Amino acid sequence: MFDYHALLPEFILGATLLVVLGVDLLVAPRRRWLAGAAGIVGLLAAGVPLLTLAGVGGTREMFAGSYVVDDFALVVKGLFLVAGAIVLLASMSYLRGDRYYEGEYYFLILASIAGAVVMASARDLITMFIGLELVSAPAFLLAGWRKGDLRSNEASLKFFLIGVLSSAVLLFGMSLVYGTTGESTFTRIAGATAAVSGESAFVLGVLFTLVGFGFKIAAVPFHFWAPDTYQGAPLPVAAYLSVGSKGAGVVGLLTICYSAFAGARDVWGPALWVLAALTMTVGNLTALRQSNVVRLLGYSSVAHAGFILVPFAMAAAFEGPALEEAFFGSLTYLLVYAFMNLGAFAAVIAIAERTGSREIDDWAGLARYSPTLATLLGVFFFSLAGIPPLAGWFAKFVMFKAVLGDPGNAWGVSLAVIAAVNAVIALFFYARVLKAAFMDPAPESLPEGAPLSRPLAAALVITLAVTLAAGFYPQLLAFFGEAARGLALP
Amino acid sequence: MTVNQFLILGALLFSLGVYGVLVRRNAVAVLLSIELMLAAVNINLVAFGSLLGDTLHTGHIFALFVITVAAAEVGIGLAIVILIFRNRSSANVDELDLMKW
Repeated sequence: MFDYHALLPEFILGATLLVVLGVDLLVAPRRRWLAGAAGIVGLLAAGVPLLTLAGVGGTREMFAGSYVVDDFALVVKGLFLVAGAIVLLASMSYLRGDRYYEGEYYFLILASIAGAVVMASARDLITMFIGLELVSAPAFLLAGWRKGDLRSNEASLKFFLIGVLSSAVLLFGMSLVYGTTGESTFTRIAGATAAVSGESAFVLGVLFTLVGFGFKIAAVPFHFWAPDTYQGAPLPVAAYLSVGSKGAGVVGLLTICYSAFAGARDVWGPALWVLAALTMTVGNLTALRQSNVVRLLGYSSVAHAGFILVPFAMAAAFEGPALEEAFFGSLTYLLVYAFMNLGAFAAVIAIAERTGSREIDDWAGLARYSPTLATLLGVFFFSLAGIPPLAGWFAKFVMFKAVLGDPGNAWGVSLAVIAAVNAVIALFFYARVLKAAFMDPAPESLPEGAPLSRPLAAALVITLAVTLAAGFYPQLLAFFGEAARGLALP
Repeated sequence: MTVNQFLILGALLFSLGVYGVLVRRNAVAVLLSIELMLAAVNINLVAFGSLLGDTLHTGHIFALFVITVAAAEVGIGLAIVILIFRNRSSANVDELDLMKW
């Protein structure tokens, strides 16, 4: 029943949490960064059993099928561990410059990562709920980390109220699903009579669950909290929310829809089609009129959630290889998006430290006095826009390929057209920031900024390497997506 | 005895909670409304658990988890509300409008 090898990543993360608390307690305040370093070591150590598990291969089921470690779970866990390490690197210099707590911050980020790792394996309503709450609860506190800052307070309260509200809606849906099927494990829910015959209470439960996850991944019309929270929260926390928290939501939605609600594809397919189209369009159009770079990235991450949903929405209409292709498209997009978005946020953190501002206008002429940062910003923003040969184009390519899996399907083609129009709109607002940085004249008096700190530089180098490597050798990420193709599809 | 009366009670309580979230302006009252929604979930789960005669008692166990997590979240929520009240001497959610569009 207890498979210690399969649970080792979670155990290591748990031990790391305690170690981080201990280090924070024992070291002098100016050495608190050691707690963060211990966290990074723990995250990397937790990645080692993932490699050995991948080496052994196979699917490991625990607790009567409610906790499953398969290739999909391994890939997603690896993504969350690496993303967590990058966020910790990007946080260190930011926390130095702040006068707020440091050790507890690392602890909470790690706790949230542990929740995301649990989410990747959760194949049961209760386990998924616990995982999701473990992801969200520390994030509520992190969003309000700058205690004296009114914007941070506001970000935290909005995020908290929406987070708990979405959990309540999600739970109501789960209670209906449990009540109509009498099961809580995904595979058995899919096989229950109510799920197969599409009983109305079950369908209602599915819809409530979708709405709950819609809030978590900030899909339009449940997105309004996201830009506010990203803008008010400390920058590294915003980076974490846009990748870790959103990623956990997407992973939960993927697993629950593909396994538990496999019989209700005619319910969630059209619902996700509408969500995807709305999310892309509203996210991109609102991003056009932003003057604050962080808020712009907030709307851009809303729009990217829409792109992730595109192949997923069409999966409902596909069978066989096209269905697998759709799953592969969503997952690959998530993998690529995680790295390029973390990179974009790391670049924004570095530039905000250099210029002392997050307004696009204040970044004018950045390329004149800080060409390296401006170039990095350009790479990540063009990657987000999907310009070859950066990683973003591959994600978009896979997405379009998946959604057009059945060329005769008018819904798929129309969704692809909407996605294409949106990809063009997105280029405008990314390019607007770069125009300010590269073409506008620099101000008379150059801002006095601190030099780039080493951890932040490391975060930038890692994300840059992945963004370039995945763009030039897409097989690299495709390999991971491929490994995860075989989620128990019906 | 049927399960319907419990489900109707649950649905009513849930709707009341949603109404409270939309209408109440005090952050604590909004928090209480969300608790009502969670109570509705618990009623549903326990009613279904009893109706199904589930030998694993999944519904009851799920309800226990919901209660525990809800308690933890209220702890976080009240901490945030106190923080906001200290900084602005008000817990009115309408006044939280520093960031728009």
